Amino acid sequence: MLQQLEGSRAIAETVARCRPEVVCAYPISPQTHIIEAIGAMVKDGRLTGCEFINVESEYAAMSVSIGASAAGARSYTATASQGLLFMIEAVYNAAGLGLPVVMTLANRAIGAPINIWNDHSDAMAVRDAGWIQLFAETNQEAADLHVQAFRLAETLSVPVMVCMDGFILTHAVEAVDLIDPAVVDSFLPPYEPRQVLDPDDPVSIGAMVGPEAFEEVRYLAHLRQLDALELIPSVAEEFAALTGRPSGGLLHPYRLEDAETVIVAMGSVLGTIKDAVDARREAGERVGVLGVTAFRPFPVAAVASALAGARRVIVLEKAFSLGMGGVLATDVATASPASGHDLATVVAGLGGRPITRRDVEGILERSGRGTLPRLSFLNLDEDVVARERARMAASRRSGPFAENVLRDVASGGAFR
Amino acid sequence: MSESRVHFYQVGSFAVGNRLLADADRTVQASPERTNSLDSGHRACQGCGEALGARYALDAAMRATGGQLVAVNATGCLEVFSTPFPETSWRIAWLHSLFGNAPAVATGVAAAMRAKGRHDVRVVGQAGDGGTVDIGFGTLSGMFERNDDVLFICYDNEGYMNTGVQRSAATPPAARTATSEALGADPGNVFGQGKDLPRLAMAHDIPYVATATVADLHDLERKVERAMTFRGARYLHVLVPCPLGWGAASADTVRLARLAAESGFFPVFEAEHGVVTGVRRIRRRVGVEEYLRPQRRFAHLFAGEGRPDLVARLQAIADANVERYGLAPEEE
Repeated sequence: MLQQLEGSRAIAETVARCRPEVVCAYPISPQTHIIEAIGAMVKDGRLTGCEFINVESEYAAMSVSIGASAAGARSYTATASQGLLFMIEAVYNAAGLGLPVVMTLANRAIGAPINIWNDHSDAMAVRDAGWIQLFAETNQEAADLHVQAFRLAETLSVPVMVCMDGFILTHAVEAVDLIDPAVVDSFLPPYEPRQVLDPDDPVSIGAMVGPEAFEEVRYLAHLRQLDALELIPSVAEEFAALTGRPSGGLLHPYRLEDAETVIVAMGSVLGTIKDAVDARREAGERVGVLGVTAFRPFPVAAVASALAGARRVIVLEKAFSLGMGGVLATDVATASPASGHDLATVVAGLGGRPITRRDVEGILERSGRGTLPRLSFLNLDEDVVARERARMAASRRSGPFAENVLRDVASGGAFR
Repeated sequence: MSESRVHFYQVGSFAVGNRLLADADRTVQASPERTNSLDSGHRACQGCGEALGARYALDAAMRATGGQLVAVNATGCLEVFSTPFPETSWRIAWLHSLFGNAPAVATGVAAAMRAKGRHDVRVVGQAGDGGTVDIGFGTLSGMFERNDDVLFICYDNEGYMNTGVQRSAATPPAARTATSEALGADPGNVFGQGKDLPRLAMAHDIPYVATATVADLHDLERKVERAMTFRGARYLHVLVPCPLGWGAASADTVRLARLAAESGFFPVFEAEHGVVTGVRRIRRRVGVEEYLRPQRRFAHLFAGEGRPDLVARLQAIADANVERYGLAPEEE
């Protein structure tokens, strides 16, 4: 039954139906509504058998999740941005220990300068941590991905991060069909840990591993990621058979057949891009979209195959590696090094800057004319940048540059 | 094999030998039924106070819980020397995650047990002083504040010994470490700094806080067992001399721990719900110099003309402890 629900509420309701046993909460925008709602469900008795713990930091949130998971409990937490960075040591540790924690990441920019709005910098910062990272396109998919996440995590003993765009999804009210609890129960069996802290069968977990075995241990973790490449599509198919919804999987191809130009992107911006593609298709252009759902593990072969017929590939991403360029674009390039198509990276939507259908159509136009550079920044105000560069050249004590830029923008920058 | 004399009394300790005690009062280590939670064969240094303290504390905890115990360990000496895989010295369920998160991981284990209805399983978190007073303090304070059902044990050897003897917030003033060298006009660690964790723990109003040393292992065991009678957050701070870090003879570990207590430099007490309920009074008081002299980390206080001014400041710390906790011997 479709209901009008805030994204965060849909996540909380879905997580509750997954019967978590330990949920940690530390507030950070835009993740707060999720943990607030779960806390309320535990408090009023709607969610039983669950310990809800208000911790003192994100570092503690992930650490409590580690302890709970190692003791055999289904463990969940949520975070965003600075919170993810603050817990990063424990994020790596959960993966290294092979603990199937599930975490929602309400994607948000990373400071400085401090910014609470959406981009994907936070998820990119833990790209190599050993977590499965799934990106949701809609609130329906975000909710559904959580059910799949617990299944994937516990089957593989690998933690899973469900990435959903902060505010754009977390705070958006739209129609969501909450999954039937009975369906969850049939899809998600009780957690059977591969390793557990049991006083009656004691094991040591977390030993020091030296050069004699470290590589093998890390390689095994890599193999589990590769196993996930097989499991993610089959779990999504099984889920679709139960619910009729095409949530999850490795990729979401859209109008790729005969497409000469393909935009690759992740998250909620895919909806905007699809609208733009529909418009260009009506104008007779052969364009398509490839949505990446599984960012880690990265589906190299599936991406290569999806892009095989494309002449031009545009990666539109909400993050970049300073001094280098696109992050997703680098992976896409790795997936299709020999295909011979042009690959352009458009960095867009940083810190919550909107990406409109008109923007996307503009990108496609420039690409068609051959004027889209290999790396560009959507709607970058060159004047503001030039003014600050000039100030820095003119004076050693030019002052804090973020604040200088804000002053310039307030006095009439091009981006309004 | 040559014959060795059996000593029924530890010389100078006033401690009575096990054989003269009733069975119920004997140490857990006297029982063949003990767990050997931290089994022999580990890689601790000769005379390691931490290995001694951990073995007694955990075996006592195992006895108190009927074997239903999970231990969570911070990174540090205890973690490194106990698990050179494929060997492990732990005969109990044991988890190591990170340096600064052992209290939070222990909270997670306790929460999982509660969620599963395993109210019989108890959780011990353990760390050295670095993992407790410095990098782990945030998570420890959080665990205390929430009154999570965890006994956290700090094995305090007053420095980062695992990384090569660096200064921690538990390093005493004037002590030489690799980051507070015995150089310049104010040699060793700075006066007026440092964290008194037992008092900070008491300020959280948690059910039970106690200090102990490896010189009085009966007292340590009794405090572990007392701690296990409470639900909620409990804290045990155990002074464990480190022969390597302190520059002391391996045979002097227990003697130094005793001198730390008998000088008043390390107060031994226990508190319930933020109020001191008992102290281990000094039996025969000694000056701090007697405690400091056998340790090379304080050698600069006694070389050449020495630094009687600094020794006097350390004595003043011991005197203040005696005053604060009422540690003076009965006859004083």
